[in-house]
Amino acid sequence: MSDCKEEPRAPRSTWISQVKTPADAGAIGATVTANIDGQDVKVPMGTTILEAAVKLGIRIPTLCNHADLCVAGVCRVCVVDVEGQRTLQVACAYPIAQPIKVRTHTAKVRNARRHVIDLILSDHYGECYCCARNNNCELQSLAKEYGVDFYRFGHPDKAKYEVDRSSYAVLRDMNKCVLCRRCVRTCIDLQEVGVLEVAHRSHKSKVETFMDKPLGEVICINCGQCINRCPTGALRANDPTYEVWAAIDDPTKHVVIQTAPSPRSAIGECFGLPPGTPMTYQMNTALRYCGFDKVFDTNFTADLTILEEGTELLLRLKKALVDGDKSVKLPQFTSCSPGWVKYIEHFHPDMLDHLSTAKSPQQMFGTLIKTYYAKLNNIDPANIVSVAVMPCSAKKFECNRPEMTSSGYKDVDFGLTCRETAQMISEAGIHLPDIPKSDFDDPFGTATGSGVIFGATGGVMESALRTVIELVTGKKVEQFYDHADIVPIRGFDGVRYAEIQIPDVGPVPDLLKRYFNDWNWLKGATVKVGVCHGTANAKRVLENIRAGGKFAECHFIEFMACPGGCLGGGGQPIPTSPEIRKARANAIYSEDSAYKVRKSHDNPAIWDIYNKFLTDGPCGHISHKLLHTHYTARGKYIIVV
Amino acid sequence: MNSSIKNALTFSTVEPSGGLRAAMDKGRAEIIAEVRASGIRGRGGAGFPTSVKWNLAAAAKSDRKFVVCNADEGEPGTFKDRVILSEYAGLVFDGMTIAAYAIGATTGILYLRAEYTYLREHLEKVLAERRAKGLLGQGVCGKDDFELDIQIRMGAGAYICGEETALIESMEGQRGEPRNRPPFPVDTGFTGRPTAVNNVETLAWVACIFARGADWFKSVGTGKSAGLKLFSVSGDCKAPGVYEFPMGITVASLLEAVGGQDAKAVQIGGASGYCVPAGEFTRTIAYEDIATGGSIIVIGRERDMLKVAENFMEFFADESCGQCTPCRLGNGKLLEGIHLLQQGRCSMQYLRELCSLGETMQLASKCGLGQSSPNALLSIVKHFQSEIMGRIPAAAAAARE
Ligand SMILES: Cc1cc2nc3c(=O)[nH]c(=O)nc-3n(C[C@H](O)[C@H](O)[C@H](O)COP(=O)(O)O)c2cc1C
Ligand code: SF4
Repeated sequence: MSDCKEEPRAPRSTWISQVKTPADAGAIGATVTANIDGQDVKVPMGTTILEAAVKLGIRIPTLCNHADLCVAGVCRVCVVDVEGQRTLQVACAYPIAQPIKVRTHTAKVRNARRHVIDLILSDHYGECYCCARNNNCELQSLAKEYGVDFYRFGHPDKAKYEVDRSSYAVLRDMNKCVLCRRCVRTCIDLQEVGVLEVAHRSHKSKVETFMDKPLGEVICINCGQCINRCPTGALRANDPTYEVWAAIDDPTKHVVIQTAPSPRSAIGECFGLPPGTPMTYQMNTALRYCGFDKVFDTNFTADLTILEEGTELLLRLKKALVDGDKSVKLPQFTSCSPGWVKYIEHFHPDMLDHLSTAKSPQQMFGTLIKTYYAKLNNIDPANIVSVAVMPCSAKKFECNRPEMTSSGYKDVDFGLTCRETAQMISEAGIHLPDIPKSDFDDPFGTATGSGVIFGATGGVMESALRTVIELVTGKKVEQFYDHADIVPIRGFDGVRYAEIQIPDVGPVPDLLKRYFNDWNWLKGATVKVGVCHGTANAKRVLENIRAGGKFAECHFIEFMACPGGCLGGGGQPIPTSPEIRKARANAIYSEDSAYKVRKSHDNPAIWDIYNKFLTDGPCGHISHKLLHTHYTARGKYIIVV
Repeated sequence: MNSSIKNALTFSTVEPSGGLRAAMDKGRAEIIAEVRASGIRGRGGAGFPTSVKWNLAAAAKSDRKFVVCNADEGEPGTFKDRVILSEYAGLVFDGMTIAAYAIGATTGILYLRAEYTYLREHLEKVLAERRAKGLLGQGVCGKDDFELDIQIRMGAGAYICGEETALIESMEGQRGEPRNRPPFPVDTGFTGRPTAVNNVETLAWVACIFARGADWFKSVGTGKSAGLKLFSVSGDCKAPGVYEFPMGITVASLLEAVGGQDAKAVQIGGASGYCVPAGEFTRTIAYEDIATGGSIIVIGRERDMLKVAENFMEFFADESCGQCTPCRLGNGKLLEGIHLLQQGRCSMQYLRELCSLGETMQLASKCGLGQSSPNALLSIVKHFQSEIMGRIPAAAAAARE
């Protein structure tokens, strides 16, 4: 069933039924028998017909239903015949409260479903073979399942709406919209951002932004969660593959690509592999085959982020605890999720000082490629085209922020989603699972398990703690947590909280000696941390902080805009569901445990760069210039001139 | 007296607050039993037994319950609630108060159609008088355990907001769109709490039932359709207006009373109702035969039935809330079909397809709007096929002349 939060913001017409499953499942009347197509199944009271059918292995087609969202019951594809009811009932929204008999494919039902599909097609402009979702479209599959071989009620030959290309992240083609409202439920209810809503009535109904403004001009945070839940090609990411190919084909350009940890655990899905099949090293080979000159591992800058963000945290703590500086803002918030950053810029602009100034790993890498790497290899940065494979749609916006030019150039030229990368790979004629593996390119080659787990919710926090604990105590994390797995902050609970004791302190490592003489002020301290994913949960944490709750006492909080963290990002393969995200997370954590080096500060390439390039250390002048950024208080009221 | 009232209405003979006082002498269960004994069913169109609705709402457990008077009167050709509200508001509020007491509600809300904004001042005045008289507030009619206030909420002009769950969404400040049912409003209504939604006329009759007794009401009408009913009569007849007739009246006698004997057809139940041809005027207006919320549109001999169908379909193609596929797109397809018929370009096969689509809409739409919007067209196709088929396209007709 849906994991609606306690107070859904979407209209109640879209809520799941209110028939509550009795707490005591053994109580009399707590279960009820449904008979579906002649088969009996015992289910808890309030189970929907759809859920009961799934238990029996009976397929009932759906369109507006989604595992992550509240029930809508609007598309009417899942209608079934319930004995004693005059009309057909929707399986997704019909709670079983008494013994019932259901038939799922009577003539009436088949006829109705076919009509519904025919009607949707009569209003769905576009041809399947020129659509980003060709072969991965729920409407297309339904049409096939119901044997549609002609347009019974016609097919539009003209577009009704202009395609909205205003956003760097999300492209909206409302001509392909089937009004299932999954995007609306995603935006209002799952993410609690509230950019999309249905406007107008009847056949004029349309999913719109406020005043129908272009998406690029409203408070969209670019998380792309709506894309992942769109059943058709109405929503997609803004695709730069054309430009990337052009750069590859241009012999004067040196085209490099960095790959984030999450896409590698998911890209296999685009090639028919089950979720959670790691494709890291096959992807390297494939990208080189596509024509990228170098393939780098974003995990390197994930490790760097940990050093920068971790040092920033220790500095904030010292200022607050030792120097008594009241202006220091704690808890410190992570800043690697660009959807989250835009969220706080819009919704809580007065709290921006809590955000770590460290850039995200993607942007740190972009800067280093056009400075450090360019110098090292004697390449004119003007000729470098820097591409990033990200699980994310917001990264497309992030790399276009005007402040992201500290290298003197656009630090990252293009952000590709996992889906677009798969597209390029298949265009190059490669079936990813079949090709040999190869490693990342130097000088950033080696990465750590800490960088990898950035892809899962809680991963940034776990990496940071591994490093901070060792730098401060001088002891191995393994002495505190088996196998260095900081399990208390793992998992998929929307909001998590943990306390880490620092019983003893060790000597200050050389790297940090310029800031700290000793750690005595941390002896016996309890570090309080929080983790949350999905902006709806972020909102709860921020509200808790404002109210002076438990999270106001935290020192460090990880925020991720997307449910599940990056592995559930808006650039990941479609579809998504809790199970799929769990499988991707498993892939990420098993990759982490396979690494020899699992802590960011143990990465030799990191020491190398601090010795050779960022010579005044983490949070030093050079790093501040290149690896840190600032934010914009945007607010909720967008004035368009 | 309101000039649109055409015959003597029982409402004018019942003393306001008389029924209320009689009801207040009874216990909660007794009130519902009396309503059951009267046999009254909802006058808003669906005809759901009022006592069953109240019983469910009374049995539901909650910290707060609501009674809602549905005064959205949006069905084309219906205007009897307007007359009741302007002439007999006291009876409506009596009915609401009785309902509130029976189910244990502490708040009553009258949802008033936007077009009836001019009635608001009058209704507020009646409410103020009732508060002054102790018919509202703490200890209604001297009953210490009964507190009630009644507020007025304004609609904004959408037909769909007359549907009870859309009405509730609208009152909550949401888009007026019907909810999934179950759960029903009696269980999960306004702000998620048990809510009894009743039509204006239903509530006024309840007040009369307590003033006159359930037996009186039950003795009128048919076995399954007890009591009297108000009708909004319009169209091609001599004396359009509001009439009171017993349930079970035949179409023919109704037409005789309104001066519409030579009608070609009658649309019963408004745009969402059925088009009854002259050959079926012996049928009765009752829940067991032709059910209606009270709208009677008389269609004269010279009317073009396709124009009639077009008029109704245009209404629905505009008023569908747009939520569910069959209604959002189906109404438009049916309307297109009517245009094809008008141009003589609709094949028999496509007409059959459209009728089948109409049946799907009746079966698979989310709410009563989509479930009933094809009724008019389907009954016109059934009864007037020869009239609507074989039209000559306008251009061809012009060429021929
Ligand atoms: C599209 C639609 C419009 C409706 N409009 C009204 C209306 O204007 N007034 C009304 O009383 N009931 C209307 N109803 C019926 C209500 O949903 C509900 O059944 C009624 O208010 C219950 O009251 P009753 O049981 O006293 O009839 C409408 C139903 C539908 C499906
Ligand atoms: S039947 Fe029509 S009015 Fe009713 S929910 Fe569906 S679209 Fe809305």
